[in-house]
Parts: sequence; C-alpha cells; structure tokens
Amino acid sequence: MDPDLALLLNGIVSGLLLGGLYAAAAAGLSISFGMLDVVNIAHPAFMVLGAMLVALFWGATGIDPLVLSILLTPAFWALGAAIYVAYHHFFERRGDEAIQGLAFFFGVMFIIEIGLVLAIGPEQHFADASYANTTWRLGEIDLPLRMLVPALVAFLAIGGLALFLRHSFTGRAIAAVAQDREALRLLAIDPVRIKRLAFGISIAMAALAGGALVVVQPVDAGSGHIFIGRVFAIVIMGGLSSLWGCVLAALAFGVVENVTASFYGPSWSPAVAFGALLLVLAVRPQGFFGRVA
Amino acid sequence: MEGLSRRGLGRAAVAAAITVPATARAQSAPSGEPIKIGGSMSLSGGLAGNGRPAGLTHKIWADEVNARGGLLGRPVQIISYDDQSSGAQVPGIYTKLIDVDKVDLVVSGYATAIIAPAMPVVMQRNRTFVSLFGTGVNSEFKYDRYFSVNPSGSNPNQTFAKGFIELAMAMDPKPRSIAIVNLDSDFHQRAAESARSLARSAGLRVVYDRAYPPTTVDFSPIIRAVQAARPDVVFVGSYPPDTAGLLRAASELRVNLQLFGGPMIGPHITAQKLQLGPILNNLVVWDVYAPEPTLQFPGTQPLIERYQPIAAKEGTDALGYYVPPMAYTQMQVLEQAVKKVGSLDQGALAKAMHETTFDTVIGPVRFDATGEWPEPRDIYTQYQGVQGNGIDQFKKAGTQVILYPAQYKSGELRKPYTAGA
Repeated sequence: MDPDLALLLNGIVSGLLLGGLYAAAAAGLSISFGMLDVVNIAHPAFMVLGAMLVALFWGATGIDPLVLSILLTPAFWALGAAIYVAYHHFFERRGDEAIQGLAFFFGVMFIIEIGLVLAIGPEQHFADASYANTTWRLGEIDLPLRMLVPALVAFLAIGGLALFLRHSFTGRAIAAVAQDREALRLLAIDPVRIKRLAFGISIAMAALAGGALVVVQPVDAGSGHIFIGRVFAIVIMGGLSSLWGCVLAALAFGVVENVTASFYGPSWSPAVAFGALLLVLAVRPQGFFGRVA
Repeated sequence: MEGLSRRGLGRAAVAAAITVPATARAQSAPSGEPIKIGGSMSLSGGLAGNGRPAGLTHKIWADEVNARGGLLGRPVQIISYDDQSSGAQVPGIYTKLIDVDKVDLVVSGYATAIIAPAMPVVMQRNRTFVSLFGTGVNSEFKYDRYFSVNPSGSNPNQTFAKGFIELAMAMDPKPRSIAIVNLDSDFHQRAAESARSLARSAGLRVVYDRAYPPTTVDFSPIIRAVQAARPDVVFVGSYPPDTAGLLRAASELRVNLQLFGGPMIGPHITAQKLQLGPILNNLVVWDVYAPEPTLQFPGTQPLIERYQPIAAKEGTDALGYYVPPMAYTQMQVLEQAVKKVGSLDQGALAKAMHETTFDTVIGPVRFDATGEWPEPRDIYTQYQGVQGNGIDQFKKAGTQVILYPAQYKSGELRKPYTAGA
C-alpha cells in the first residue's frame, strides 16, 4: 500500500477510535447541557473522578476498568441527582442559573479536583486492562484494543441511552423537558423530577467515560482540563440535544485531529479541529442534528 | 494556598529525626529565632509528582540540620506554599514569603515553569536564589544572585542533547537520519533546539521535526508519522502523561528503531517505571541519577535510604532517585554558603556561592558567572532487562545503566528499541 494512503487510513481509523473516547466524554454533557440547559462545566471533572475511582478499585480488585466504571454508574447517578437538587434549589428555581449556575459548576469542578488531590494524591493513576497491550492488525491498519474496547463500550452505552430516550416514557419526558417544561406539567409530570433523573444519567455517563479514559491514558486530578473545550465543542457541533449528532461530531473531531497530526503536525490539530467547528456553525448554526428554533 | 506542614509531613519530621545518628542528636540544640527559608512547591497539579518528593526532601534536610545544632546556632524553618503547578501563583507566593512572612532565605520550587515566574520578585528584592531543575532560566535575566541546581549548564540550547547525539554517532552502522518530537514547552523546546543543532553538525538529516501541544490525547498519529519518515534515531522530549502515551503508541505500532529516547520525563517517577515495565527496555532516557556503582558520591545512598521509608508513609515517589538528591543538594548549597559567610547577608552569600565548590550528595558542585554549572552533567541512561512490573529490579545496578558521559558509564548501548516487543 502507498505509505501516504496507509498513513491516511490509519489516521482516519485512529481518529474514529479517539472519537469514541470523545463521544463517551461528551454524551453526558449532551444531556445536561444540550437537553437540560445546565451548563455543567464540571462534567470532565466528574469523568476524572470516575477514572480515579476506577484506578483505585482496579488496584484493589484487579477487575476490568470498564466493568468497574459500569458498577460505579448507580453511585454517580445518585451523586448527579443530589447535585441537581442543590443546583435547582439555589439557582434554577430562582432564575439565576445563567451566570451563577455556571459559577456553581466551576466551584464543583475545583472541589472535585482539590478533593482528589487531598484524598488520593496529585500523582498520576492508571489501570491496565488485560487487553491494553494487544493490537489487532487488518492489513496495514492498526486497531489497538486500548482504544477500540473503550470506544465500543462507549458506543454501546450511547446506543442504549438513545433507545431509552426514544422508546421509554421517561426517556421521552427527558427529551420533552428540553423543549417545553410547562407542557410536561399538563401531562402531570414533574419537570424537576425528570431533570433530576436526567442529570443523574448525565453524571452516570461521566463515570463510564472515566473508565474509558483510564484505559486509554494515566490520569491525575487535573486531567479533565484538556477535555473541557473539546466536549462543549462536540456537543454544540452535534446539535446540542442530539445524541447521534454528538457521536458524529465526536468522530469528526477525532478524525480531523488525527489526520491533521499525521500530515501537518500535532500542533495544528486543535486549531484545525476548532476551525472545523466554526465552519460547521457557519454553514449550519444548529449543528449536525440540531433543530432550527 | 497550602503550607508544607499539611497532613502527613509532620510525620516525616518525626521519622527523619529518628533516623538521624545519635551522635548528631547529642549536639547542642539550636536556639533563638529560626532562620526562615521560603519557597513555593508544587504539591498539587501536574508537577506534584516531583514537587512532593522535593518538599519532603527539604523537610528531611531541615530536620537533620536542626538535629545537628541548626544553622549559625539557630533552628531552620521551612515555609512553603503550594503553587498548584501554576506559574501564575508563584509571584504572589514569593511576595508573601519575603514581604509578609519575612523569610531570611529563598529557594525555588521544582522546574523551569515555576522558577522563571519567581525571578522578577526575587530580583526586585535582591535575594540570593537557589533553584531546582531550572533549565536556562537565567539566560535572559542574567541575575548575578541566581544559582541553579541542574546539570544542564549555561548553554542547554547547544549542549543538552550532546550525549544522545554522541551515542547515536557511535553506533555501527552510523545513523543517517533523525526525527525530533517534543512537547511544546520551554524546557523541551531548548532540548529539541540542541538536538537539531548537534544533529546537523554531525551530518544527520532531520526527517521529522514537530512539537505537539500539551492537550494531545492520542499519540499514535505522531509515532506513525515518525515511522513514515523512516528515521534511524528518534529524539523525544516529553512530560509524564505524554511519555506514557508515546510509549504505549510505540508499543502498539511495533516500532523498531536503532535509538529512541531523550528527555522523556516519566520513567523518573517510580509509578510510571512500574506501569511501563518491559516497554522501557532499550529506551535511552536523560536523567540526573541512576543507582549504578559508577555514580555514587558520599551521602547519596544514605539520603535515599532515609528518604524511601518516609516516602512510603507519605505515599509519594517510592524510589526517590530523580528529585531528592538534587533537592537535598539545593539545600546543602545554601547551608554551606551560610556557614562560610557566617551571616544571612544576601550579597555575601552570592559572592560565596560564586567562589565555592560545594561538597554535596551529588558530588562537587560549583557555579559559573550565570549561576549554572560550568560543566554540564547531563546523563543518558538506558533501561535494560526489565521484566514484569516489580519495583525491586529498579533498585539494582544494571537495570538503568549509564551510557553517557564516559566517566560514569556503566554499560553498553543495546539496540534496537522495540517498545517491549
């Protein structure tokens, strides 16, 4: 195979796998920010919290990090629901959610980071999955399981979440609360309860993303910082409330980053990826799958 | 901000005191106002993996000095604040240390990114400043009271990669091309500049030369692009999270290179040594110390033996080969200068530091007019025969052999680097 073609194909495939990690990181935010209009800037910090807990439990038990992250999801759902109760009581209920709510989640982010440093330490933590050192080869295409398995688990989780949102009564209520919360009241559904449930789901997705992250790379308390810009860009590019749009945008982000890094150097990757975001928004302001207001 | 006296470091004091020889404890107790020594330290954030061992070592030194009767007959007291690995915190910390805490002496925290922001404050107040792991910090400031405990000398942009390039050119057959990959940071840009310049002088063709941003998540496109350029040797400058990503990607993409390495900061930290295990085999890494018989000075091993049990209790870097000897040296320079001068006069201290050869746990140390080491002592080591992920193998000679410089050489270069395959 022509070396440039092999480089291109590998750039695309590795970008899709990286996109799987980005999709895992952004899916929860797609619910909280895209559907619930809660600007949870602490979402990547919750992901890192999940990753650090997974690393700790992996060290103690040796159970697969992704299985551990799935086991963590109920606790993270409860944590998310509790945080939403506080957020609603102090900000949303009073109509202060815009700026003060943002400050609230900034505070949550710093509390998580400092809490992790004090409780676990500032060093990097890792969890070696049994498959992490295996790479499948398809001709000249490399498929490292360190990237592939977290991406597949992320797609499965997002697929399950999409089915839940589309086909269950509660899921439809979550989708509806994004559009018209007052209309929900007419159906005798409490929109606050629905938002609490949905915000819990978004934080549970962060736990799952944490499991994916710690398989891909070592993490420390501040590892979430490099994801903040990316996950918000992905959710916006995807069309805010669309999970499939979020996945498509995550994949596009990953592919653009890695193909750029392969041919033009990694320094250009963030600039080109965020340039692509601006281009998408210029042509299609509502994002890939967003609806025009 | 947090003081160094945060949870647990008090226990370090007790443990250190216990380990001090009884003869030392028998000396007269220091009295009077303590000599306050202030500095910032990265106890959280990305540099904390090395900042915490440095802080712990400073505390060990202070306890030992106090057990020996103090400095000028007075006890020493370390006042340190967490800079959170952020240079933005540093000017405020030094302003508080000097203006509010009224410290008598100042030392730096860990690494160039933390030292440089302290310089304007320290210079405005004419303080003598002993730094730790700063590379080329004083090349712009040209401050005559700056002293650097770092082996890279006064011209790292030219000399840093000398050992690596000499190792490459000594290979048979001689390499013809080189790839240079580095993190977009001050330290690594200087290292890359040195590699670029020395490679060209040696007749090596630079076939790949790219920096990557600190936000990089996936390193496989970088390694794949390097492979596509078909270099004989690869010079890499990275920090711990990137080092793990680069080496993982190298393993997944089955690299096979005659020489691979450089200032890849990461295996210097024990946890990363253990995580990477056999992937380290034949990796050539810039370092400052390795537990080889050719690089032993009076006091090195006793310090490490004192440090390790305390570090185990504190949950910080277990082996302590990278930072603690240098951090202890930083304080020894200060201690010996104060003893020589007999006062805390900043000008006199600086003059003494320029004139003195210091006897330290990393050997004799002296400073040139810029406060750097007159002769660089960048050490290039190679991991050999690493099996599994156990810690004991890294305590033995022969696991991290010294290849350069010749006077400390303890093994022969093994090639190729195959990332554990």
